[in-house]
Amino acid sequence: MKLYDIAHSRAGDKGNTSTLSLIPYDVKDYELLCKEVTVERVKEHLKNIVSGEIVRYELPNISSLLFVCQDALLTGVTTSLAVDTHGKALSYALLEMEI
Amino acid sequence: MKNKIRIGCGAGFSGDRLEPALVLAEQGNLDYLVLECLAERTIALAQKRKLADPTKGYDPFLERRIEGLLPILVKNNVRLITNMGATNPVAGAEKIVEIASKQGISVKVAAVIGDELSDKLVEMSNGISKFNNEDFAITLISNHSSLSTSPLISANAYMGVEGILEALQSDAQIIITGRIADPSLFLAPMIHEFGWATDDYNLLGQGTIVGHLLECAGQITGGYFADPITKPVTNMDTLGHPFADVFADGSAIISKVAGTGGVVNLATVKEQLLYEVINPYAYLTPDVSANFTTVQLEEIADNQVKVWAGTGQEKPSTLKVSVGYQAGFLGEGEISYAGENALARAQLAGDTLEKRLKADFTDLRTDYVGLSAIHRTDFNHQIEPYEVRLRLAANAETAQKAAIIGEEVEALYTNGPAGGGGARKYVTELVGIVSVLIDRKKVKPEVILF
Repeated sequence: MKLYDIAHSRAGDKGNTSTLSLIPYDVKDYELLCKEVTVERVKEHLKNIVSGEIVRYELPNISSLLFVCQDALLTGVTTSLAVDTHGKALSYALLEMEI
Repeated sequence: MKNKIRIGCGAGFSGDRLEPALVLAEQGNLDYLVLECLAERTIALAQKRKLADPTKGYDPFLERRIEGLLPILVKNNVRLITNMGATNPVAGAEKIVEIASKQGISVKVAAVIGDELSDKLVEMSNGISKFNNEDFAITLISNHSSLSTSPLISANAYMGVEGILEALQSDAQIIITGRIADPSLFLAPMIHEFGWATDDYNLLGQGTIVGHLLECAGQITGGYFADPITKPVTNMDTLGHPFADVFADGSAIISKVAGTGGVVNLATVKEQLLYEVINPYAYLTPDVSANFTTVQLEEIADNQVKVWAGTGQEKPSTLKVSVGYQAGFLGEGEISYAGENALARAQLAGDTLEKRLKADFTDLRTDYVGLSAIHRTDFNHQIEPYEVRLRLAANAETAQKAAIIGEEVEALYTNGPAGGGGARKYVTELVGIVSVLIDRKKVKPEVILF
């Protein structure tokens, strides 16, 4: 299944860094996400988008993950040549991932 | 001392809708209304407007917002805190007084200034503007060597609650600021009303988290959240903006005006909580290093989510400064192909233009909208779209050169593949932003009353 089927996400941007949350609809799926959606797997999935480091934060208090992705926005919102300069639509790129 | 205050957020960015703010002011039983209208680039653009006209430089929608809101704020005794001053809070305050006088309303306004460091810009003999503040200039150049050849436009420090706290001591009903960290606009009234110590970092951390949840307005009430399949939101057309009932212990209940569209639930609150967070253990503002990992959430009723247990640690000794610089021009052109073989025709157009332009535009970017433009990949989806929009983009040092991109796309009409339609061309002046840190002692907020 796709992450889309069990979780939702919002993308944020700070400079050339994209932040991608990953929030299960059912808190029971949090452990599954922790196990399946590793930094390595996200790096591979987003290899054409994120060229820098990815850090994963676990927030068990709200049953959510947060991926902080460096060098993800073709220099950042103010000077990027991309259509989506903020990378706002990248939340749905993460949700394309198969687990 | 009050035990509870209600703070609403009626705008989450400069171009936000006005109606939800009017609904909040009219029906929200608010103590405070906050309008957050500044993004990194917004303030550099405001600085350019101020340079062209010294009476400008505040938010371009200030007149429209204040004309609509002022009578309601006065009638309902709601205090307004807004960063619509952008790069000229004094001119913004004068404009508010002028609008009030036209409406026959008497209102006290406070302008909070001190964030702007652009007055330290000087023009060098080569016509390029630089800072004459040595410490600052050295940090800037050593961090961003490419800036040594770019003219600078603006520099604004992110200030914390101090200036707003001083303004709240006065009888000003409207407080208009320049660059203040977004959550500080919300934290200041909490400190003011509850008498929190400005070194009680757990309270400041929790208050900052409440501010962070509110600061993007509709993003916590179902805006930028809705998905018809997985996250349906009712009555998007009348989407309400949020308010929080904040208690003296820092806990808060996020909600919205009854009868407005949208939804506040655990899912909307979690999405907004993590929005634009680089490190949830240390969300740095000028007031505190807030810790999001201790936060607790509970849906206590329909459209009511309780937020508590956020914590914090000592505030940083430096402040972030956003520096705007002239980054040249963006040239763009778009044209669409539809029907049989649409993708192949769009690709022929793209290949043709790359050959025509590549020598002069080394960073030329070609996108196929409908295929792989937005995610910059299609994750190997094998879909032949019925229609495709070709989009070309490149940077240039002059507007004239940037215009060539759109001109060449338009010329595909008679020099490209069959059936292209809807050509559009754009030239955009670019303002780049870099962030540097400055010793916080070098930034002093000042309050001017009108």
